[in-house]
Amino acid sequence: MHNKAYMSEFRLRKIDIKNVIEGTKTEIKEKNLYINIEEIKAAILEDKHISSVEIHIARPGERKRIIPVKDVLAPIAKLQGDGAVFPGCIGTPAGAISGSGTTAMLEGVGVVTCGKLVNFQEGLIDMAGPGAEYSVFSRLCNIVLVIEPITGIDKHEHERVVREAGVKAATMIGKASIGAPYYEEIKYPNETIPEIYKKYPTLPKVVYVRQVLAQGLLHDNYIYGLNVREASFPFWLKPTELFDGALVSGNCAAPCHKHTTYHHLKDPIVEDLLAEHGKRLAFLGIIAQPVRTSFSEKERNSYQVLKLALAVGAEGAIIAEDGGGNPESDLMLTTRLLERAGIHTVIVTDEYAGSDGASPGLADVTPEANAVVTNGNGNEIVVLPPMDEIIGHIEAVETITGGHSGSLQPDGSICIEIAGIMGSTNELGMENLSTKAV
Amino acid sequence: MYKAVHYINQFFAGVGGEQSANISPYVVEGAVGFGKEIEKLSKNRIKISHTIICGDNYAAEHPEELKKQTLSWFQEIKPDIFIAGPAFAAGRFGLACGTLCEMVGKRLQIPCVSGMHETNPGIEIAKKTTFIIETKDSVRDLKRTLERMVMLSLKILDGQYIGGPTEEGYHPRGIRVNVRREKRGSKRAVEMLLNKLGGKNFETELPMPIFDHVPPAPALQNISESLIAAGTEGGIVPRGNPDKIEAHNASKWCMYSIEEISKLKKEDYEVAHGGYDPVPATQDPNRILPIDGLRILEKKGLFRKLLEKYFVTVGNVTAVKSAEMYGKEIASMLQNEGVNGVVMTST
Repeated sequence: MHNKAYMSEFRLRKIDIKNVIEGTKTEIKEKNLYINIEEIKAAILEDKHISSVEIHIARPGERKRIIPVKDVLAPIAKLQGDGAVFPGCIGTPAGAISGSGTTAMLEGVGVVTCGKLVNFQEGLIDMAGPGAEYSVFSRLCNIVLVIEPITGIDKHEHERVVREAGVKAATMIGKASIGAPYYEEIKYPNETIPEIYKKYPTLPKVVYVRQVLAQGLLHDNYIYGLNVREASFPFWLKPTELFDGALVSGNCAAPCHKHTTYHHLKDPIVEDLLAEHGKRLAFLGIIAQPVRTSFSEKERNSYQVLKLALAVGAEGAIIAEDGGGNPESDLMLTTRLLERAGIHTVIVTDEYAGSDGASPGLADVTPEANAVVTNGNGNEIVVLPPMDEIIGHIEAVETITGGHSGSLQPDGSICIEIAGIMGSTNELGMENLSTKAV
Repeated sequence: MYKAVHYINQFFAGVGGEQSANISPYVVEGAVGFGKEIEKLSKNRIKISHTIICGDNYAAEHPEELKKQTLSWFQEIKPDIFIAGPAFAAGRFGLACGTLCEMVGKRLQIPCVSGMHETNPGIEIAKKTTFIIETKDSVRDLKRTLERMVMLSLKILDGQYIGGPTEEGYHPRGIRVNVRREKRGSKRAVEMLLNKLGGKNFETELPMPIFDHVPPAPALQNISESLIAAGTEGGIVPRGNPDKIEAHNASKWCMYSIEEISKLKKEDYEVAHGGYDPVPATQDPNRILPIDGLRILEKKGLFRKLLEKYFVTVGNVTAVKSAEMYGKEIASMLQNEGVNGVVMTST
C-alpha cells in the first residue's frame, strides 16, 4: 500500500446483531451471532496467568446482574487495508496507522470482562429493571468473560491479563464479520489539514481535546499498545484511528464515568463532530491530553494542548474529561488557556454533588468555563431489585466505587450510588443523563 | 392538623417600629399577625402553636445568640414545619428568617418555608435547606405570597411531589437533581459549541460553583514546644479497614492509635482509597502517611511530641459538604487534644 493511502477514505462497516447464541462455529447468520465458547475459552487460557474462565451470555431484558465489570469492548475486524485492529496489543503489529482501509464493527454486542476484583474501580451492569436504564451496556447482547487469575498474581499483572483477554476475545469474535452482510457502511474521508482548509474555507475549525487518564493501576489507557503514562505528552489523533481500537482502556476511574474500550471505539463526540463536518463546522482532529497527577505535569500538558490547537488554527474546541477530581484541574486550566487565546470552548463532564445534590459538583472551577455539558450526578443513590442470576461476584458491591458496607441487602437488592453503574454518567456524552438546579 | 412555629419581627407582631428593633427573642403561644392568615389559608390544616418574635436589629446583629436562644424552643415544641416571614425585601428581617431556617433545617431536619424578594440577603443563608417563595419587594404582595407559602407547606407536609423552582415559585436552592434530556451529551456539546462559535445564545448546564477559600494558618512560633498531629485523606487504614471507610464519597473519618509505632509496617496497613494506584502505598504506607519521618524529627527534637493517634478519611469524589463537616470535626478534635500543628497529606 502506498503510504499516502493512510489518509485516503476509511470505511466503517456496521453489522447489526440481534442475538448471540452458543454454536459450534463463531459466525453470523441472519443477524444472529453464533459463538464457539470452547474455542474462545481455549484462546484465553493460553495466558498462563489465568486459572479459569467462564463465558456467559446476558441479553437485554434478562434478569441478570454482571459484577464486578472491568471493561466492555465491541468486536471489530480489519477487512481491508494495512494494520490490525487493537494495534500494539497482544502481539498485533503497531507498524501501521489505524483508521484506514475497511473495518467492520458488530453493533449490539458487548464483550464484557468480569471476575475477581482487581481494585475499587469496577462496576455493575444490570440487564433488566431500573439499573438497566442507565447505560448502553444494558441494551447490548453481552458476552461475559468471568476470568479468574492464578493465585499470588499482583494487581498490575491481574489487570493486564484481564484487559488482554478482553482484546483477544473482541478480536476473535470480530472476525465473524468477514463476509457477513452489513446494513451500513460509513465513509470517512480522512482529509489532511490543508485539504480541510481548502474545502471548507468559511466553516469554523474545531478540535476535540480528549483527556486520557495516565495515573497507574486502573487509571491507565493504552495507545497503540503503549501505556499512555510512558508517553505522557499531548499527541495528535485523526478521528478514524479510534474506530480501529488504537486506544484501549486500562479500565480507569469510577465505573459511572470510566471510558471503557467500547466508549473509545464508539466515541460519541467523534461521531457527532464527524456528522457536522463539512456542514456547520470543519473538524480538524483530536488532541489527546494525558492527565497525570502532579501540578507541573498538568501545567505542561495544558500548555502543549494550547500549542497544538493554535498550530492547527482551531477556533473552537470540545474538551471531554476522563475521570473526576484531579482531572478537573487539567480541564479548567486548559479551558482558561484556550479561551484566553480566543478559542471557544465547551466542556463535557459529570458531577459529584453529594447524594442530596447540595454540594459543588466539581473539584476545580474557572470563570472561563461558561459552556458546560454535564452528564449527571454520580452520587445519586438508587436501590436495584434482586436479579435471577448473578454473573461474577456479588459481594464486590460492598467494595466497589459507589458501594458501601451494607449495600447488599438481605432480600438480594442492592443500594448503591449510580457511580457504581458502568457508563451511567459517561463523560463523552454517550447517554442523555444530565442535572438541573432546583 | 399539622403543628407549625412561625417567626415574625417586632413590626409585624405589632410590638413597634424602629424604637423596638432591639428587643431580644421571645416566644408566645398561638398565631400572631399574619400567622392567623396562614392558618386560615390552610383551612386550619396548619395550626401555629407558637410564634417567635424578635427585634430586627437584635436578630441582624446577634445571629449566634438568636440561634442559641431559640434552639431549645424548637427542640421542646417539635413542630412539623417552621414558617418564617415572609420578609419581602426587608434585609434585617430576611437575615433573621434565613438564620433560623438554616439552623432548623440543617440541625433539626425540620422542613422550613419562607418568602423573600430576590435582593434579600437572607436567601443566601438558607436557600439550601429552605423553600423560599419569590416575592415582590413589599408587603403589598402579602396575599399572593402567603397563598404560595401555605400551598407549598401543605405539599411538603403531605409528602407530595415538589416541582421545580419555576413551577412552585421558590428561589432555586442550588440542589442538583438528575434529569434525562432529549439528546445525548455529545450532541448537546456540539450544538453548544456551534452556538458559541456563531455568537448565538447558549446556556451552560452547570454554572461554575463558588468555593470557600481557607487562608493558610500562620507559621508556628515555637515549633520545638509544639504538639504535632499527622493525618491524611489518602485512606491509610489498619489492615482489614475495621471501620469500612468507603473507597469513594466517604461517609466518615476515623482515628487510629500510633502509640509505640515508629513506622507503619506494610503487613499492618492497607489503602482504602479508590482514587489512585494503591500498589506503592501498600508496599510502604509511610509514603502517604509519613509516620517514619515524623518519628525521626520527633526524636531529633524538631517538635515536642507527635500526637499518638492519626486521623484518616478518603478524599475521593467526596461531597464538599461532607468534607467541610469532617474538617470541622477533625479540627475540633485536634483542638481538644491541644495540638499546635498538623502534617496533613493529600493524594
